[in-house]
Amino acid sequence: MFFSLIFRVATRLLVPILLIFAIFMLLRGHSHPGGGFVGGLVAGSAFVLYALAAGVDDAREVLRVEPRTLLGIGLACAYGAGMMAVLAGKNFLTGLWAHVHIPLLGDLHLGSTLLFDIGVLLVVVGTVLLMVFSVEDRLPGLVDE
Amino acid sequence: MLLAVLGVFVTAALAPLVVRALGRHSGWALGLVPLGIFAYLAAQTPEVAHGEPIREVHNWMPAYDLPLSFYLDGLSLLFALLVTGIGTLIVIYSSGYLAHNDELGRFYVQLLAFMGAMLGLVLADNAIVFFIFFELTSLTSYLLIGFYRKEESSRQAARKALIVTGGGGLAMLAGLLLLQQATGTFEFSKMLALSGQVQQHPLYTAIFVLVAAGAFTKSAQFPFHFWLPAAMAGPTPVSAYLHSATMVKAGVFVLARLHPVLSGTQVWTYTLVGVGGFTMVLTAWLALRYTDLKQILAYTTTMVLGLLTMLLGVGTGDAIKAMVTFTVVHALYKGGLFMMAGSIDHETGTRNVKELGGLRGAMPYTMAGGLLTALSMAGIPPLFGFIGKEVTYEAALHAGALSIPLLVAGVLANAALVGSGLVVGIKPFFGDMKGAFTREPHEAPVSMWLGPLVLGALGLAFGAMPWLIDHSLLNAAKVGILQRTLEPVHLALWHGFNPAFMASLVTFALGFALYATWTTVQDSAPMRGLGTVFGQGPGAVFERLLYGLARASEEITRLFQTGQFRWYLFAIFSSIFVLVGGAILTEATVRWPSTFGSAEYYEVGLAGLIVISALFAIRARERFQAILALSVGGYGVALLYLLFSAPDLAMTQFAIETLSLILLVIVLIHLPGLSGTEPLGRRIRDAIVSVGCGALVTLLMGMALAMPMDLRVSEYLAENSYTQAQGHNIVNVILVDFRGIDTMGEITVLVMAALGVYVLMRMPRTEPPAFQSSDGERPEPTVAERETV
Repeated sequence: MFFSLIFRVATRLLVPILLIFAIFMLLRGHSHPGGGFVGGLVAGSAFVLYALAAGVDDAREVLRVEPRTLLGIGLACAYGAGMMAVLAGKNFLTGLWAHVHIPLLGDLHLGSTLLFDIGVLLVVVGTVLLMVFSVEDRLPGLVDE
Repeated sequence: MLLAVLGVFVTAALAPLVVRALGRHSGWALGLVPLGIFAYLAAQTPEVAHGEPIREVHNWMPAYDLPLSFYLDGLSLLFALLVTGIGTLIVIYSSGYLAHNDELGRFYVQLLAFMGAMLGLVLADNAIVFFIFFELTSLTSYLLIGFYRKEESSRQAARKALIVTGGGGLAMLAGLLLLQQATGTFEFSKMLALSGQVQQHPLYTAIFVLVAAGAFTKSAQFPFHFWLPAAMAGPTPVSAYLHSATMVKAGVFVLARLHPVLSGTQVWTYTLVGVGGFTMVLTAWLALRYTDLKQILAYTTTMVLGLLTMLLGVGTGDAIKAMVTFTVVHALYKGGLFMMAGSIDHETGTRNVKELGGLRGAMPYTMAGGLLTALSMAGIPPLFGFIGKEVTYEAALHAGALSIPLLVAGVLANAALVGSGLVVGIKPFFGDMKGAFTREPHEAPVSMWLGPLVLGALGLAFGAMPWLIDHSLLNAAKVGILQRTLEPVHLALWHGFNPAFMASLVTFALGFALYATWTTVQDSAPMRGLGTVFGQGPGAVFERLLYGLARASEEITRLFQTGQFRWYLFAIFSSIFVLVGGAILTEATVRWPSTFGSAEYYEVGLAGLIVISALFAIRARERFQAILALSVGGYGVALLYLLFSAPDLAMTQFAIETLSLILLVIVLIHLPGLSGTEPLGRRIRDAIVSVGCGALVTLLMGMALAMPMDLRVSEYLAENSYTQAQGHNIVNVILVDFRGIDTMGEITVLVMAALGVYVLMRMPRTEPPAFQSSDGERPEPTVAERETV
């Protein structure tokens, strides 16, 4: 934990913005620069920042789930997206698309690739945080000074 | 047949539920499944005995031309009946034996899975299917031997069995694949029709050696015999079932199955007769060295396996007849005797023959079963064992040039067998009560004396009335092995005063003498020597080798994995330099692009910034400076990506750079500062490698530019990314759709890496264990020992 007032105040402002930005990256990825990988890195950085500012214990609490769980859910999303195609009678990982019209918002293109990308995001976040948290567990005080 | 095999596996999966519902009576319910299959198979006997094998084919993996095919002829029928019949009794027996064990459910899963595998093995027609079941029996027996997983000796025994039989299985696989090369088919039933051709094939010797290696390891032939007595560390029902009646016979079974295809050559005859005969005599005498009931029985099992192998090697009609007869004889008495040994252990707390005696009053049913089976093992008329021995001698007498050595070996081994049979069957029940028992001796529950009694009674019935099975089952099995019809099998108790009977008399005389002097013989100096050299010896050598292997790999690992990051970098980059550079020098022509496009001033500036930051990182006096300098370089590269219109790449690079900067700073604060300078020699070495790698990459870039650009892939992606994958961002479409499976692999690797870090960080720092020389094999802890744990 860095005892820097500027850093802690800035973090408090930055973390929500970074998380929203990560989701933004994820959602726009299919047609504009972005995607699950970079979204995951941004979200992971947000939590690491938080861990630096408020301590690993607080960061764990904010995250609510264990990073390991994120890894599992992430992989399950990605494989699930692949299996959806199999259940639909197509080859594994073939993209499936649904066009949904939502009043007021307009047309929505929903693809199984989005689920896949969410899986990538979760795996990346999980990897970054699992590494940081387990280093802290091994050598207490490294992150949490 | 598929239904039968699958049924057993399904029962295995459901076993824990049954155990939860019925507890110690679950054996009776679970036993119904193998019993049903036994009845179904027995009903096929008339048809099969008429020489009409049944073949059953199911589609499995048509893409690999791999059908689930089964083949029921006399040979597989005989073995399948043994597997299910004895299996039924064992399943019933187990719930009595392990009634007070909380893990009975787990035990049944493993035991029934083994049974399914064994049934599949003997019924399989396709060699690959056969191999799968063959390995499954190794795996399940590994679990079963190591059932008392908290005991070091159990785990060691299980490992021994797995490595020996699993390794042999791999040789078997290679042999079967070569056999397919030679015959053009994986189906045993079709191979059998080609008998006589494989023997001429140039691959024959290789096939024979590999198949025999698989069979010898599985069937515990010398010098691999050591795993079987060690496997007695498992619970007694396991020893009774796997290590006497079924699994160990898988090796013999495969030799019998392939008999028409591989037999008849000199290498076949001499190898099988030599190895089998030696194993037979050696382990028959080793059995007399031990006092633990299970240990004695284990060595007599390898003796019989040697005998069966030897008879297959001889290969005459008489020998095959003796082989199928003895298979049944042995399965009946050995299954029963092991169960008896378990019951005695269960009810008295010991299995040491020297401590046992006088149980005839306390355990009458167990005694009846035990006595019948033991006398059959000793070959006393009118039990089936007597006939088994007679036909063996007959086969030896009719074996031409080999007959004298065979007869001598047979008499030597059988005399020892008579001795140990009497020791096992008579000592515990007669004489005086020794009184050293940890519990009041009492009769075992029905589930535990039923097995020995049924098997003993069958031994008596088949001995007195061999016509019950000789013309039907045994003859069909003989035809199945030879694949041609000779004179039908005919067995009789009384053959007249022929040479075989004389040999029997000699055997009895020697055997009774051995029994009478057993207490002296058992502990005599020659026997102790024999036990040390051939009993414990091979197992100890095996453990030494295993330990040596682990040590050697550790040394190699230590050599490469120094734990110093700079060494890893040096190794990686210098090998890139040597390998890639060497490849360019020898295999490619160096081309250089004739023109480069012009560069804008800001591009040049950026490139300069990257170079300067790299130089600054080298010269930095503090880690912090070096890291910052490297980051500047990294951000510069990200900007370059942006300039050359790769925004996705640039973004990812920015994010990675930021994250790693944060992480490095966290860690670096805690590291000691850089101190001193590297020796000049090492600096020069590092400079050569790094400058060389830089030059190499530059060269590669130039060569790539000099190649004509092939735009087909990019054009395809540009055209199809929206129409097929509904995305405008080609990079992302590639990642999540076109090459989605690559991404899948990458995130899986990422997960593995993260878990690796997680595990590493949680591991205590430990030293590798020193070699623990086990004091020979230790059989299953007796009931008394288990309870004190």
